[in-house]
Amino acid sequence: MAESRTGKSHLFRVLIGDWRQNIIYIGFIVLFLIFAVTLSDKGFLNPNNLLNIIRQTAMIAVMAIAMTFVLSAGEIDLSVGSVAGLATVTVAMAIAIAGPIAGVFAGLATGLVVGMFNGWLTTRVGIPSFLTTLAMMGIAKGAAMWISDTAAVPILNQSYAWIFGGGSIGRIPVLLFWVLILGAIGHFALRRTGFGRRVLATGGGETAARYSGIDTARIKFRVLVLSSTAAALAGMLYAGRLQSGRFQLGEGDELSVIAAAVLGGTSLFGGKGTVIGTVVGAMMIGMINNGLILMGLEYSQQLIARGGIIILAVALSQKR
Amino acid sequence: MTKPVVAVQMRGISKSFGGVKALDNVDFEVFVGEVHALLGGNGAGKSTILKVLNGIHKPETGTIQVCDQYLTESHPKEARDAGVAMNFQEMSLIPTLSVAQNIFLTREAVSKLNLINDKEAVRQAKVLFDTLQVDVDPNAMVGDLGAGQKQLTEIAKAISQNAKVLVLDEPSTALAVSDVERLFVFLRKLKEKGTAIIYVSHRMDEIIQIADRATILRDGKHVISAPISKLPIDKMIEHIVGKRSNGLADVTFSKASKGDLLLELQDVCGRYRPQKVDLKVHEGEIVGLAGLLGSGRSSLARIISGITPAQSGKIKIRGKSVNFRRPGDANAAKVALVPESRSTQGIIADHSVQSNVTMASLKQLTRYGFEIKQKSQSIVDAQIKRLSIKTASRDHAVVTLSGGNQQKVVIGKWLATMPDILVLDEPTAGIDIGSKSEIVALIRNLAREGKAIIMISSELSELLTACDRIVVMEGGRIFSDNPREYYNESSNPNDDPGRQLQAAEKHLQTEIQLAVKAQTRLESTNG
Repeated sequence: MAESRTGKSHLFRVLIGDWRQNIIYIGFIVLFLIFAVTLSDKGFLNPNNLLNIIRQTAMIAVMAIAMTFVLSAGEIDLSVGSVAGLATVTVAMAIAIAGPIAGVFAGLATGLVVGMFNGWLTTRVGIPSFLTTLAMMGIAKGAAMWISDTAAVPILNQSYAWIFGGGSIGRIPVLLFWVLILGAIGHFALRRTGFGRRVLATGGGETAARYSGIDTARIKFRVLVLSSTAAALAGMLYAGRLQSGRFQLGEGDELSVIAAAVLGGTSLFGGKGTVIGTVVGAMMIGMINNGLILMGLEYSQQLIARGGIIILAVALSQKR
Repeated sequence: MTKPVVAVQMRGISKSFGGVKALDNVDFEVFVGEVHALLGGNGAGKSTILKVLNGIHKPETGTIQVCDQYLTESHPKEARDAGVAMNFQEMSLIPTLSVAQNIFLTREAVSKLNLINDKEAVRQAKVLFDTLQVDVDPNAMVGDLGAGQKQLTEIAKAISQNAKVLVLDEPSTALAVSDVERLFVFLRKLKEKGTAIIYVSHRMDEIIQIADRATILRDGKHVISAPISKLPIDKMIEHIVGKRSNGLADVTFSKASKGDLLLELQDVCGRYRPQKVDLKVHEGEIVGLAGLLGSGRSSLARIISGITPAQSGKIKIRGKSVNFRRPGDANAAKVALVPESRSTQGIIADHSVQSNVTMASLKQLTRYGFEIKQKSQSIVDAQIKRLSIKTASRDHAVVTLSGGNQQKVVIGKWLATMPDILVLDEPTAGIDIGSKSEIVALIRNLAREGKAIIMISSELSELLTACDRIVVMEGGRIFSDNPREYYNESSNPNDDPGRQLQAAEKHLQTEIQLAVKAQTRLESTNG
């Protein structure tokens, strides 16, 4: 009985399944074509405009790559935007005091410390990551405001600014390389390493993963550390690009970051995630923002249109 | 004769959960190159001792030795490194990963760069399924598979570890007969290679076919370990059932007066189960559904209570045809289901007794959307009194109540809807013995009030105490439908009630095994 049913419907299911899984890529191309045609006179296809989209979305993409791991493990990190802001301040202050190398260490250390604290609270104390990182969102922002006295801290070191976000090779911004390299590493880490497989297993079925001998608490700890560290790196990129540290940088990014990952096909319930989808999702959000501005929509209209597009894309990707 | 080599030696294992002793000083020994059956009724401690062996539960006392190595850490990884592999009745599969990815989870094939090689995993999974001669697609998502395919994946996962000790916990519940036969051929090959296999099953004919020795547990204690040749089926059943001392025998059995025909099923089929079920239940009658896991009892209960619609067949209530599309339809027709899983389907643990009891009848208890406080309070108090629910007040959270009283809250919730037909799925699971007989007595009282009751239980003594009729199911079909008296031992009517109950239980157990055998024969002739 079972054999006769599989043949035809199996092929059918694979095609339909693929269509839904690949909606982000189809959507990206369709939207790109729509903007290319309707906004050609407004300069959408102008290389400078396209490179600008990349510059504006690189930080979101970097954070979203790590968020893919967090969501795949069945957790969430709401603190990424604030942590990025805190890192811009610590980097800028450390560079001012002790030079660029100290700055890089200070930035990464900020992410590591926050991430370990998030991970410890979530896995040892047992507070859900939603609450841990919601609280951390305020703590990180408060810390950034406090140590900087709410003032911008300038970065005068040019080589730091070039490497972390400000520079370009020919016309290609350095930020694009950051996204491509981190995206490639993230993709292979999630798809092809034991760590990535354990992350997907933890989020897909925690009990089953534990029964299979996976230390799920350790996996959750690690993804939260990874996420905060990526957020700190994104903050370092903000700081380099704008040559200053400011607590407002990265504010509200957590929502774009989560939207990028979910748009790319990562499940909020865990167990499913793709880094390539996330990067394309981040680019799509950037492209939507850019296109809506070029269309001449007011900010209020942009918000509504952006929300509508995201809902449509996610709804189409839902399994029925 | 040479002395057999010991593969697993567990000595003096004790383990309790919240004051209840699940294992009490149990010894368990398995030899290299044998299939060792682990037998026992519900709550006998089979699953617990296997979880202790696998490092999932930490025993309070006792030692565990696997092939000369002592296990002391109580961690799944330690057990696995020592050579123990186990299937967990679908518990160890991750729905969002593919079959091949699940089989090799944490033991993935890697390329030179230490990257996971999924193609190799798919190839190895294919080889594995080919040796088992079963048809499972290694690329399929586990979440999309049916129960049988999941079970085969579980088994393949356990086998792929090339373990010295292979534990199979009810591996055949969802398998077709032909797949079970192929599994047995494979297990015999493994045995010859020196693997020790622990096999848990409620199907005695399977045990007789495959096992060399058996250990029987009862109420957390070791009863006997012996070669299968020394344990004919009736002997096995006797050891599993044991001498009843659980207070159930004290529930006096008074015959209910049978009223009008209330519920009638004709040719009812579900998606997979049940298959062509005909059943009649009258007012004041308690009908018990007996059978093994996967026999279709709960599926039938879900159809009667409108949770899953029937695929075909007729359901009549008081002679009128009904067509249930959703649970609300059944509730409107005065059918209520006390579901199988109390914690996830029955109660909201953090809410008060009052809000739990009124949950299913809010429509009658509200006016313009507001709750009529007095009315719901009086209904809740009435249920607390009627069921003698032991709670400090109706405002206390259900989580503060004992298991038996939580179950009474669920029953009270459905009684508040004033049902005519009450379906109870495992109403005494995980409840202490005292509360069990209390709930059984309560169910008999409800029947006396004229309700028609369908009761599912895996505890045969409970069915025999509560029911007027017992229907034995297997493979989704009804095998037999007998009045309770059918199971009485006629020869010695003067025995004490405990002995009589024990005799009836043996009789019913034998009937269930007959049903399994008949179903096996039916399936093998059908293809």
